[in-house]
Amino acid sequence: MDIPKPPGVVPSADIILSVEGITKEFSTVRVLDSIDLAIERGEVMGLIGENGAGKSTLIKIISGIYQPTAGTIRLNGEVVRIGDYSTAKNLGISIVPQEFNLINTLTVYENIFLGNEIRLKSGLLDKGTMRKQAAAQLQELRMPVKVDRLIGDLSVAEKQMVEISKALMLHARILIMDEPTTTLTGHELETLFTLMRQLKAQGVTIIFVSHKLREVKTICDRVTVLRDGKLISVDTVDSVDEKDLARKMIGRDFTQVFPAKKYRDGTDVVLQVEHLEVRNLLHDVSFTLRRGEILGFAGLVGAGRTELFEAVMGLRHVERGSIAIEGKAVRIRHARDAVDLGLAYISEDRQGKGIVQNFDIPKNITLISLVEYVKRHLIDKQAEGKKASHYVKVFNIVAASQKMALRYFSGGNQQKVYLARWVDTDPKILVLDEPTRGIDVNAKREIYEFIHMLAAKGISCIVISSEMEEVIGLCSRVYVMKEGMVAGCLTDEHINEEEIMFHATGIKGRKAYG
Amino acid sequence: MVDSLEKKSFATALAGYFGNFKLSEHATGVGFILLFLLATIVGWPNFLQFRNLTNILRQISYTGIIGLGMTLIIISGGIDLSVGSMTAFTGGITIFFLNLFPGDSVLAVILSSMFAIVFGSICGLFNGLLVTKGRIAPFIATLGTMSIFRSLIQYFSGAGNILSNNNLYADIGSGVFLRIPVPVWVFIAVAVVLHIVLNDTRFGRYVCAVGANEQVARYSAIKVQTIKLIPYVITGFTAGLTALLWSSRLNCINPSDCTGYELDAIAAAVIGGTSMSGGKGSVMGTVMGAVMLGMINNMLVLGGVSSYLQQAARGLVIIVAVLLQYNNKN
Repeated sequence: MDIPKPPGVVPSADIILSVEGITKEFSTVRVLDSIDLAIERGEVMGLIGENGAGKSTLIKIISGIYQPTAGTIRLNGEVVRIGDYSTAKNLGISIVPQEFNLINTLTVYENIFLGNEIRLKSGLLDKGTMRKQAAAQLQELRMPVKVDRLIGDLSVAEKQMVEISKALMLHARILIMDEPTTTLTGHELETLFTLMRQLKAQGVTIIFVSHKLREVKTICDRVTVLRDGKLISVDTVDSVDEKDLARKMIGRDFTQVFPAKKYRDGTDVVLQVEHLEVRNLLHDVSFTLRRGEILGFAGLVGAGRTELFEAVMGLRHVERGSIAIEGKAVRIRHARDAVDLGLAYISEDRQGKGIVQNFDIPKNITLISLVEYVKRHLIDKQAEGKKASHYVKVFNIVAASQKMALRYFSGGNQQKVYLARWVDTDPKILVLDEPTRGIDVNAKREIYEFIHMLAAKGISCIVISSEMEEVIGLCSRVYVMKEGMVAGCLTDEHINEEEIMFHATGIKGRKAYG
Repeated sequence: MVDSLEKKSFATALAGYFGNFKLSEHATGVGFILLFLLATIVGWPNFLQFRNLTNILRQISYTGIIGLGMTLIIISGGIDLSVGSMTAFTGGITIFFLNLFPGDSVLAVILSSMFAIVFGSICGLFNGLLVTKGRIAPFIATLGTMSIFRSLIQYFSGAGNILSNNNLYADIGSGVFLRIPVPVWVFIAVAVVLHIVLNDTRFGRYVCAVGANEQVARYSAIKVQTIKLIPYVITGFTAGLTALLWSSRLNCINPSDCTGYELDAIAAAVIGGTSMSGGKGSVMGTVMGAVMLGMINNMLVLGGVSSYLQQAARGLVIIVAVLLQYNNKN
């Protein structure tokens, strides 16, 4: 029997958890494609990949939050069915989520025992025992956190300790950490790594999800690379360097069609931002935007791209720095100032910050430019409806009726309505933050074409995207951000996935702040 | 041939209209008609008398006017519990102001009328500033001012009636124009104006947007705090109007007058389909809601039901109205 083993399977080691042929489909989209992976007892396994590679889906399947479309999970060699997260917890699998699930108004021990409270015979809470057990565990993990402090008063690092402690309280043997280092600073990072080594010494198996290659190299024993829902490789960290890993994470074919790039070499600077500072978020950010160009902003999630443009739009408090539009220094204190100066910002959070769900198409489109439709203090609804029809045609918005509330439309159509709203303000500068998130391929292509059309009309566009091929396919220049700073600016043939990934992960370009 | 075609198309149009008829969208209207029919039967024949109907309208116009302003506040995502106290407070202070002028002066009546409206608006502005500048939850801020306004007017009046010395003043509140009482005319006028403000002005659109999703409004360059402030001022204005109408009706104010007006105002808005979570509502709905509350009371009185049960019937109608509107959505 000489069947070649898939890369994820180690033949003879002590395997605590293995997944075999795990496939996950959402409606018709396959996000995980028959993954085989075996994890050894007591190891730290790194799980890396680009945004959308399938990391989160895989850990959600292991922790019972999603059910796989096909495939099996084995725990200690036995096939298990993990129907939900509480089953996973009972099996000793716990997850430390990226966004903490802690209640700010409760104390540390109350959070640790949330949902698993110990009660006295009378039914009242046994606070003494809970406090004692929590304290004992924090002590054992050498976490310098007092059990009676309120979560709201803790630092991010301390909150994470509580989250880890909460996960371990249920006697977890497998601890999944989802991007645990995104919000930590250097010193806190060291503390986390020390803690991880300690857990490892106690026999806890850790799955460490990250996209920071250096950290993976530092803390992991082995590292798994996912790309486009497929398992690419499993290596011991000693056998690969950061560049190898970066290359494995990228390098896919361009499947989407982008309109041909048009380079504009006008030197006419429309927007110049210099030395912008926002507390804890942005450090010394400078960039320029030229007339009619499509400028890209790449980087990993949390690199500060969204925050940068929220600051430019007057939606965040800027501590230092200057903004000049067409050579004139401007002060932007409110989004209204930004709109009046010809700036437009399409947020990545379409549902939360973009569309008004219960407004129909015309009301959504004219939300910002409404003053243009007011005649003698009253809204000219006919003009409003006419303009809406115009955009419905231009943007190919598929709508049974314009009068339907926007919540009934698909993501792509909602996005087009949102785009139309900002185009209707007649902007000079249009910032599109993740313009194609959560919309289907056809709508994506249409939106790319609109961006080109707008640029051709002389509107300068900025595209923020975590999908590298989008930035590469659309933009003539690309700034790469990392940890609140501009790591570099790429032009011409340097705009490729490798260069972007190197800058985004800190292999190349400007290094950490301070 | 042509005739039958026209008939047919009319029939299809009618069928189409009723085919698309959704109870949830017209719950207020349907409820209004049903209640009207019920009241007609229960109160036969007195209910349908013109005098009775104008009487109902007069009774509901005081809280109804305030309910119109309240509708805007609720749509913007807020609430104002202080309107009852504010009305008594404004009414009392207005009579003090009126009494500064000797004799039955027409000028005094005109100035006092304006004073009541301005004073009410200022009280509303105070509430609005607490909510927007002070960032206090509307429920709490207006709970506070509710006590403050009530306490102040009790203090200034020495807990007794505040009597007006001007006999002309009473002509406003007890006046009748074209057989319809003045407060009803005011109610209609304010309703028409605020209906237009809500549906056809930029401000009205922004009130809905802010109430529906404050973040979206902020990211759409809307001055959210200003939009949230103005409905409180408008409500103060409506409370000022009611104070004027109420204090001039009997030409005096008792410091415990207008207690509980806030609940009737909120109830009218809610029965009229205004969503307590903000973003959605209609001024005409509130008009119907207010009239429905009046009809219930009237019907129960005419039907000889104990006055103690009237509050229960009113509560029931509020609950049924909300059930109809919200549960049909899913």
